[in-house]
Amino acid sequence: MPLYLALTCVSALLTVSIYAIVDRRNHDVSRNVYRLCTGLCGVLFLAAVMPRGAHVVSTTLPLGLPWIGMHFRIDVLTAFFLAVVNLGGVAASAYAIGYGAHEKEPMRVLPFYPVFLAGMNLVVLADDAFTFLVAWEFMSLTSWALVLTHHHEEENRRAGFVYLLMASFGGFALLMAFGVLGGVGGAYDFASIRESTKEGWKTGLVLALALVGMGSKAGLAPLHIWLPLAHPAAPSHVSALMSGVMTKVAVYGFIRVVFDLLGPPAFWWSVEPMTFGAASALIGVLFATIQSDLKKLLAYSTIENIGIIFIALGLALAFKANGMALPAALAFTAALFHVFNHSLFKSLLFFGAGAVLHGSGERSIERLGGLIHAMPKTAILFLGGCVAIAALPPLNGFVSEWLVFQAILLSPALPQWTVKLLVPAVGVALALSAALGAGCYIRAYGVAFLGRPRSEAARAAHDPDRWSLAAMAVLLTLCLMAGLLPSLLIDTISPVAKDFVGGRMPTQAELSWLSIAPIAESRSSYNGLLVFLFILFSAYSARWVIHKFGSARSRRAPAWDCGYIETSPMTQYTGSSFAQPIRRTLGAIAFSVRERLDMPAPGDTRAARLSVDIKDRIFDYLYAPLTRAVESCAAGLNILSLLTIQEYLALVFAALVFLLVLVAI
Amino acid sequence: MTLLFNILAQGVQMLLVLALAPLLIGFVRKLKARLLRRKGPPIIQPWLDLIRLLRKEVVLAENASWLYRVAPYLIFAMIWVAASLVPTFATGLTFSWSADLIAIIALLGSARFFLALAGMDIGTSFGGIGSSREAMFGSLAEPAMMMIVFTVSFVAGTTQLSEIAAYMVANMELRASVGMALVALLIVAIAENGRIPVDNPATHLELTMVHEAMVLEYSGRYLALIELASALKLLLYLSLIACVFFPVGLASHDAGAEAMMIGLCAYILKLAIGGGALALFETTTAKMRIFRVPDFLGAGLMLGLLATLLVFVTRSL
Repeated sequence: MPLYLALTCVSALLTVSIYAIVDRRNHDVSRNVYRLCTGLCGVLFLAAVMPRGAHVVSTTLPLGLPWIGMHFRIDVLTAFFLAVVNLGGVAASAYAIGYGAHEKEPMRVLPFYPVFLAGMNLVVLADDAFTFLVAWEFMSLTSWALVLTHHHEEENRRAGFVYLLMASFGGFALLMAFGVLGGVGGAYDFASIRESTKEGWKTGLVLALALVGMGSKAGLAPLHIWLPLAHPAAPSHVSALMSGVMTKVAVYGFIRVVFDLLGPPAFWWSVEPMTFGAASALIGVLFATIQSDLKKLLAYSTIENIGIIFIALGLALAFKANGMALPAALAFTAALFHVFNHSLFKSLLFFGAGAVLHGSGERSIERLGGLIHAMPKTAILFLGGCVAIAALPPLNGFVSEWLVFQAILLSPALPQWTVKLLVPAVGVALALSAALGAGCYIRAYGVAFLGRPRSEAARAAHDPDRWSLAAMAVLLTLCLMAGLLPSLLIDTISPVAKDFVGGRMPTQAELSWLSIAPIAESRSSYNGLLVFLFILFSAYSARWVIHKFGSARSRRAPAWDCGYIETSPMTQYTGSSFAQPIRRTLGAIAFSVRERLDMPAPGDTRAARLSVDIKDRIFDYLYAPLTRAVESCAAGLNILSLLTIQEYLALVFAALVFLLVLVAI
Repeated sequence: MTLLFNILAQGVQMLLVLALAPLLIGFVRKLKARLLRRKGPPIIQPWLDLIRLLRKEVVLAENASWLYRVAPYLIFAMIWVAASLVPTFATGLTFSWSADLIAIIALLGSARFFLALAGMDIGTSFGGIGSSREAMFGSLAEPAMMMIVFTVSFVAGTTQLSEIAAYMVANMELRASVGMALVALLIVAIAENGRIPVDNPATHLELTMVHEAMVLEYSGRYLALIELASALKLLLYLSLIACVFFPVGLASHDAGAEAMMIGLCAYILKLAIGGGALALFETTTAKMRIFRVPDFLGAGLMLGLLATLLVFVTRSL
């Protein structure tokens, strides 16, 4: 029942796209499309959470390739990700009911948006390689079209090109991965892949291909370069979906292939996800710290969070391979908890960035400032998102990071030295990225929302409409709930952990006071609700005592600033000056920063000039040589187009012989 | 009856840390003055200052937002809660399990987050300087602190402070890893509390301040709350060091009133020793340049990592 309901909703989403094209002259089309999407995603969310009767529901539709058909299936993992996808979908669509009305070229968004949602849902529902890949490409192509919404800007066209390149590369890797999994016999439905035996080389190859294919979509370093270009280029509600939801679909794909289809893991499987996860976490947060474009900053921070998720997944693999069910369940739960959390607060922050962009027309934090006065409601909601993503208690980001740390603390029990020594290093990376992440959001919020406005646009900014505010408020409420009552969410995830890593955490609902304890209370426990209440109690009692016995008077006066206040708001600390200490201490290692100070000689009245060059090393050392190699190969192969007919025939013959030899072996 | 006693003990601890924190600051100041052959203000001077500030009117900068007015209460509350969750005279108090060591550190991180934001709210360049530097210190000190947590909890097998203290009491032995963790924790504690050589709590020399730059615009009761919060933070770090590395005399939560009195005396003695060591250290060192601080904190981070690895190696041999 829930499966058919979900599939009906997905086809309804596809119909909405046709409606958008047919009814394009209507003034209300944008509103209607987003309303319909909100409703359909809502129903899909219900389909995910409603009781299914059976543990696993599956069906085959006579569509697609005639000898396979299309297989769909809902199990616990699918249900979890279906809920995450559609929660994001509901929020983004509701936000867009108001926000989408400001779109100058709605026809570049409306037909693709519902298909994008449908594609993501289908990836999660797919139960054979063909359906999975078709849905995956639907998701990629429609999001590519959405990235090109504002195609008049040169920068966006480049983003679209890089994205298309990376997406087709990732899709290619996935095609090969499923090809290897399916084998020569070509049993491409997931059930037969699950049954088949896999040789050692196969698993290694599939793991690497899956990591490349899913990782390139999720934004795992070093395949992340497209993400900070493409995610910000799309309209904000689409950016939110791409960053908050589409990356999670890629995480789903990775879990489905590696934890399910590939069979029981070996310990070395964990090395790659952990290493690349740690690298992504650090690279993402460092670049986020120096960005001045608000949406780019959020996109880089997505890379960081994906890194954290992959670290947790790697840990789960290591524990699972060694038959340690409880720690594996803990790490796996941490990963899924962070998936849920990140989809909430990243969407919230992108909505906030969209509100700022619409309200002031600015994306660069260097020209904003003082928005807390101009956009008071957005300011509160955005602050909530910042606290949540900076992993600060009592909000939800902290809970999932706390769970990852607890999983790391169980690692000394692992028998293999490779993993044993890798885990503390990963732990340092995680701790560093958490701390830098907090600094990054202090900077983002402090420069954009606090202080004095740096431009007329920032002074004249205004809050968005009610729909947008409501979408953000709902997401913030969910963040708060997940932070204060994490036990409910952990218990929801625990059946998934049981099916995919073979163990489950102790039932958290049985603990007193709604606290959480991953292993045992004597080992570690945390109670977000109690901490929150304590903070509230202490703050209010302090306020009461002070107002009663001290003074409650206050008066406004000009700022002091050690005796002299500069009148120009440009003398405030900017985003780049805020990031300067980090740039200086970590810049030499992480990114090649070159600072040049052009100081005029004494007596010269010309202005001094400081220019900062920041380069992405991965781009310089990995992608640039790759591009050069491809170009020189292409140039070299040019001679092939100038051969004589005899030479062509000889070439064909040689190729034929080569292939025959290959088949014979 | 037991529950009532437990809640009472927890309440006593909350009020105890609140009362002792400014006295600790006063004690350190007094000792520093004596070491410099000055007479120095009385030990209760910080309390007198606080009370004076609380009664004064607040002067708010013209464009201060609500965040600026809420932040002092939040910062104070977060640090107070964190400080009262660290065992002082007794372990296993009623609410000690509501946050483990990682959560306590994260609570301090939340307080730092709001303090840095408050520093940027008025839009002065000094506030920005302070916040930016605080963010840099924080992003190096916090990982170092996490490494210390790793070491300690690998040794004790738990991140609950009460359990760690109990383990340390039961297994008194010298461990190289724990020693390294202690040195790393001292480095972190100095940096987090803005003491010499990282920051000078007594300075108002513009270009060298970090903490003082952030709170430059605060006055009256808000300033009092922030001062009290930073006193509580110093007390928290000293309690943390005392309870993890020198858990002598710590009473168990069911040990009865007599053991708790002994624990209390031991705690005050430990604070006095810690404060004395701090005063001695501060009078004999000079403040370092701001861009030397990352090296200093980096040393802490590396020590913490080394300690962690050492535990790993010795564990499995």
